[in-house]
Amino acid sequence: MSVNVKNTLEKAPVEMRNVLCATLVELASKNPNIVAMDADTLGSSGFKPFRKAYPDRYIDCGIEEANMIGVAAGMSAVGKIPFVHSFGPFVSRRVYDQVFLSCAYAKLNVKIIGSDPGVTAAYNGGTHMPFEDMGILRVIPTITLVEPSDEVQLANILPQIANLYGTVYIRLKRKNPITIYEEGSTFEIGKAAVLRPGKDVTLIASGIMVAQALKAAATLAAEGIDARVVDSFTWKPLDEACVTACAKETGAIVTCENHNIIGGLGGAVAETVCANAPVPVERVGIPDIFGEVGTEAWLTDHFQLTPDAIVAAAKKAISRK
Amino acid sequence: MLNEKELIRVKAFAAQIRLETLKELAHLGFGHVGGAMSIVETLAVLYDSQMKYDPKDPRWDRRDWYVQSKGHAGPATYATLALKGFFPMSWLNTLNQGGTRLPSHCDRNQTPGIDMTTGSLGQGVSAAIGVATALKMDGRDNRVYLMVGDGELNEGQVWEGAMFASAKKITNLIWLIDWNKQQLDGNTKDVLDMGDLREKFASFGFAVQQVNGHDVKAIDDAIDAAKAETEKPSVIILDTIKGYGCSAAEGVVPNHHIAFKAGQLDGDIARWQAEYDALKAQA
Repeated sequence: MSVNVKNTLEKAPVEMRNVLCATLVELASKNPNIVAMDADTLGSSGFKPFRKAYPDRYIDCGIEEANMIGVAAGMSAVGKIPFVHSFGPFVSRRVYDQVFLSCAYAKLNVKIIGSDPGVTAAYNGGTHMPFEDMGILRVIPTITLVEPSDEVQLANILPQIANLYGTVYIRLKRKNPITIYEEGSTFEIGKAAVLRPGKDVTLIASGIMVAQALKAAATLAAEGIDARVVDSFTWKPLDEACVTACAKETGAIVTCENHNIIGGLGGAVAETVCANAPVPVERVGIPDIFGEVGTEAWLTDHFQLTPDAIVAAAKKAISRK
Repeated sequence: MLNEKELIRVKAFAAQIRLETLKELAHLGFGHVGGAMSIVETLAVLYDSQMKYDPKDPRWDRRDWYVQSKGHAGPATYATLALKGFFPMSWLNTLNQGGTRLPSHCDRNQTPGIDMTTGSLGQGVSAAIGVATALKMDGRDNRVYLMVGDGELNEGQVWEGAMFASAKKITNLIWLIDWNKQQLDGNTKDVLDMGDLREKFASFGFAVQQVNGHDVKAIDDAIDAAKAETEKPSVIILDTIKGYGCSAAEGVVPNHHIAFKAGQLDGDIARWQAEYDALKAQA
C-alpha cells in the first residue's frame, strides 16, 4: 500500500461508474471469465462500454434481482466471475437470503455492486436510500465489504476484488466523487489507509465521509487539536490492528459513515475497540432513522454528515478520555 | 431410449435407492421421507441412464449437473450417490448427525456429487440457470438437470427463473417438477392452489411434458424428448405420490417430515429388498 493524499479536495472529473466500467473492460480483456450483469439498470451502472466490448459476457437480467444473484452464483460455480449491479437496496436487503445462501454459504464467487449508497440516492428518496446495506451484510460470515472513497482507490482495488475468491459487496457512489488520492496510490483490501497523522483523536471514515473527515481535521488543527484521519474503505474484514493502534495511540475515536450508526462502520469499530483497547468512541452517521428525498447536499446537511458534526463529535470524544 | 434389459436395470436401481433411503431414515428415526420417496425413479433414470458423471472426479468439467432445488430430499440423493460410488455406503448412517458430510439439505461443499447448495426454496432454480448459462457461454455441451418441488413453485424466485430461462433460451437445462401434490402444511391445492401447472409453464414459454413420475421408461423417454428440444426450455412435470413406497407416509396427509417408531419401516424395507432381488434376478 502506498498512499499519497491530494489535499485539494476537488470534485473528480470522472464518475465512479465510468471508472468501474473502464476497469472491468480492461480486466475482462485479460480474464475471459469476467462477466457483468444488471437488473434493468444498464443506464445507471455505466456498463454500456462493457456490453459493447463483450456482448456475450453481459447479461441484462430484467427486474429480477433475486434471480440475478442466484444466476451469478451458478455461473461462478462453472468458473465465471460475475460483477452484478443494481441500486444498493435491491442487491442487499431485497436479496439477503440469496446473498447469504447461494453466494456466501455455498462458497461461491460473486461480486455485487450496490450503487447510490445512503444520501447519494438523493432524488430517489428513502425507498432507495440504503443506510442498512452494510450492516445487514456484515453479519454474513466470509463476506467482504468495501466502500471505495474515490476513483483512484476504486480503480486500484477492482483487480484485487476480481482475484479475491468469495462474495464481495462494493458500496459505490456512481457519480463524481471528491478526489482524495493522487494517481498511483495503491491500496490493499482489509488494510485501512492512514491519510493524516494525529495524536489527539482518530477520525475513521469511508466513501463520501473521507473528504468530510479531512475537512474536519483541518478545522480541528486550527483549534490546536491533532486529529488522525483513517480511510477504512474495507468494512469487513475490518483492519482491527489499525483500529486498535489508533485507539491506543490517540485515546479517542470518531467514526464517520453515510450509513446507520447501528451495525455499520461505527458498530464494527466499537466492537473492536471494546474488545482490544477501550477508549471513547463517537459515531457520526444516521441515527437509526429512514432516508428522505432531496439533493445530496441538502441530505448531507439534514442528516448532519458534515465536517461540523465530526468536529463536535471529536471534541466530545476527547472530553470523555 | 432404454431397451428391455436396460429398463430392468434402471428399475432395479430405483428399488435399490428406495431401499437404501428407507434404511437411512429408519436409522435416523425421522426425516423428509415424503419428498425423498417421490423423486426416486427420476434419480434412478438420471444416474443410471441419462447423466454423464465420474464418481471418482465429482467435479469433472465435462459432467452433467444435477441441482436439487428441493434440498430437503437429500436422503434419496445421498443413497443414489453412495450406490454409484461417490462416497462409502457407511456414510448413509451418518445422515444429519453432528459432523456428518450428509446434512439434511444439499450442500455442494460437504457431499461429493452434490453440485449446488440448496435449502432455501427457489434458490436452486436460479443457480441451475446460472450453471447452464455459463456452460452455454463457453460453448460446452454439458447439460443441467433441475429438480423443483411442487410446493416450491409457491416461491416467486421460481417464476423469475422461468421468465429468464425462456427469454434467454436456456435450453441446456431440463426442469423436473416433482408434482407430488403435498407441501409442509398439507395438500398443495388447500395451501396455495397453483392451478394448472402445464398451462402455467406453457404460458411462460416452456416445452411441457407430463409423465408418471414412478415410471422409469416414461421419465427416460421424456428426458430424451427434452434433450431434442432446441428452441424452448423444457419442463417435465412428474406426476408422483408423496411418500411412494413407504407405508408410513404414502397416502398420509401431511407426510413432509415424519418420525418413525422403532421397526416401523421394517416391512417396507423387506418389500423393497424383495423387489430389488427380483429385478436383479431378471437383469
